[in-house]
Amino acid sequence: MSLDPATVKRIAQLARIRVTDDQVAPLQSQLNGILGWIEQLQEVNVDGVAPLTGAADMALRMREDRVTDGGIAEKVLANAPDRAGEFFAVPKVVE
Amino acid sequence: MTSSLTELSIAAASEALRARKFSARELTQAHVDAIAALDSQLNAFITQTPELALAGADQADAALSRGDAGKLAGIPLGIKDLFCTTGVRTTAASRILGHFVPPYESTVTANLLRDGAVFLGKTNLDEFAMGSSNESSAFGPVTNPWSPPGKALVPGGSSGGSAAAVSAGLAMGATGTDTGGSIRQPASLCGIAGMKPTYGRCSRYGVVAFASSLDHPGPFGRSVADCATLLGSMAGFDPKDSTSADRAVPDFAAACARGVKGLRIGVPREYRQDGMAQEIDALWEQGLAWLRDAGATVVDVSLPHTKYGLAAYYIVAPAEASSNLARYDGVRFGLRGQTNGDLDDLYELTRAEGFGEEVQRRILIGTYVLSAGYYDAYYTRAQKVRALILRDFTEAFGQVDALLTPTTPNAAFAQGEKVDDPVTMYLNDVFTVPADLAGIPAMSVPAGLDGAGLPLGLQVMGRPFDEETVFAVGAAIEKSAGFTARPRLRAGV
Repeated sequence: MSLDPATVKRIAQLARIRVTDDQVAPLQSQLNGILGWIEQLQEVNVDGVAPLTGAADMALRMREDRVTDGGIAEKVLANAPDRAGEFFAVPKVVE
Repeated sequence: MTSSLTELSIAAASEALRARKFSARELTQAHVDAIAALDSQLNAFITQTPELALAGADQADAALSRGDAGKLAGIPLGIKDLFCTTGVRTTAASRILGHFVPPYESTVTANLLRDGAVFLGKTNLDEFAMGSSNESSAFGPVTNPWSPPGKALVPGGSSGGSAAAVSAGLAMGATGTDTGGSIRQPASLCGIAGMKPTYGRCSRYGVVAFASSLDHPGPFGRSVADCATLLGSMAGFDPKDSTSADRAVPDFAAACARGVKGLRIGVPREYRQDGMAQEIDALWEQGLAWLRDAGATVVDVSLPHTKYGLAAYYIVAPAEASSNLARYDGVRFGLRGQTNGDLDDLYELTRAEGFGEEVQRRILIGTYVLSAGYYDAYYTRAQKVRALILRDFTEAFGQVDALLTPTTPNAAFAQGEKVDDPVTMYLNDVFTVPADLAGIPAMSVPAGLDGAGLPLGLQVMGRPFDEETVFAVGAAIEKSAGFTARPRLRAGV
């Protein structure tokens, strides 16, 4: 599977990373280099093998569903690039 | 006196502090001075915190006087700049977190502080821990203290700053994280010990996420015993990490003295690679001979899926990274790109400006392998190969107690040598990636020098949650190797 320039742009858009036109060609060649190398996995017989989703093969713990934290708005907002009162501020989304 | 303080082991320093042969302030000051003298050449630290370190040392001195000092009281450490530290900038070596000051402490660093450790500052790394040479840092590359005059070698990565700092005597120990080899590979290239414990042994809470099912916090030390002491403090169950293991923490330091008599050591034949440097092969044979002489039995084993580890890793890790790094949107914290456009413009410009090339590449690969129509062909298949790699290890550990391999296929290389082709760089982690995929404990121990006088490490891998055997084998190799060489660039020279 080899990526064409349009696919590179589409992936960048899905990843929300702005890619300029002159970046597309070098990215295409690097990504195809990596994907071509990864192709070797196709030769492994994985019939009947269950995917391993995490290391150590452990079950996730359950916990009681109750609030254990909160009331720290100033800490949460301390690194905000822009804020309005106790809210994060962003550019206008709805006209 | 000052220079000898930067050569001590943690055990020796702790004993001397308790006997009041020198104060914690003197010990920390010696390391602060060493950083001031050498870090302009090494660039091992992104943020230095000498005032905080000296204040911590004074607290340790007070606790030592009172007689209630913790087991790491007054021991000065470097902290990889991926661990959140309350009130101290935590950058992940990325522009996007260049001004981020966490309002909370990672569990691992909180555990070290609880035991009285002193933090000298935040060490350099590859951006978001993605790299094997520490060249992708937004804060500049780290120079390996073993570099010959006039030539800058890489310290390995991603935890290159931590490894360089410990090697050069700028810190007595350090924290690192290992996702594909990021503790063991730089430990090997810098001539020190580094341990990646079992997945779940150290909490990931407050560690900037790269690939959550693969990220393992762990220690660096100049000796196996120092790593064991640090891990004993860092490890432990943490309800704030849903993958943390609810298990008692054994006495790792005591395990170092167990010896290897009666142990069965596996030699995985798939790690013998075409084109591997002859001196690495010879060192491996030497390591096996040392273990035989110490009473262990050496057994040939097979890990047939080893060669697919890297390719599986370069699907799983970018996939998880693309998901984890979606949080950097310029809204809640971190850098915000300048735009008069809409919210999508804000996201795209923030991420293009904030992430470096390698991070962008991995996010794009991860986005692609998870995208509709490709998920099963790439991601699910890689997870199945990962299951086969774990099965290989499980079967091998039915026959042997530990495995011995080289840590890396080469010694430290020059800065700039491997940056043009991402895949060439990835191949540096061929021997370390399988233990991350399987979540098993593994450590690198300095075992010898190559013809150019550069350090080479051997890797010991063990059963899940059996770090004790890994430490026992590591300590036996250390004892036989008698590795006393020190780098050219080091404190007090």
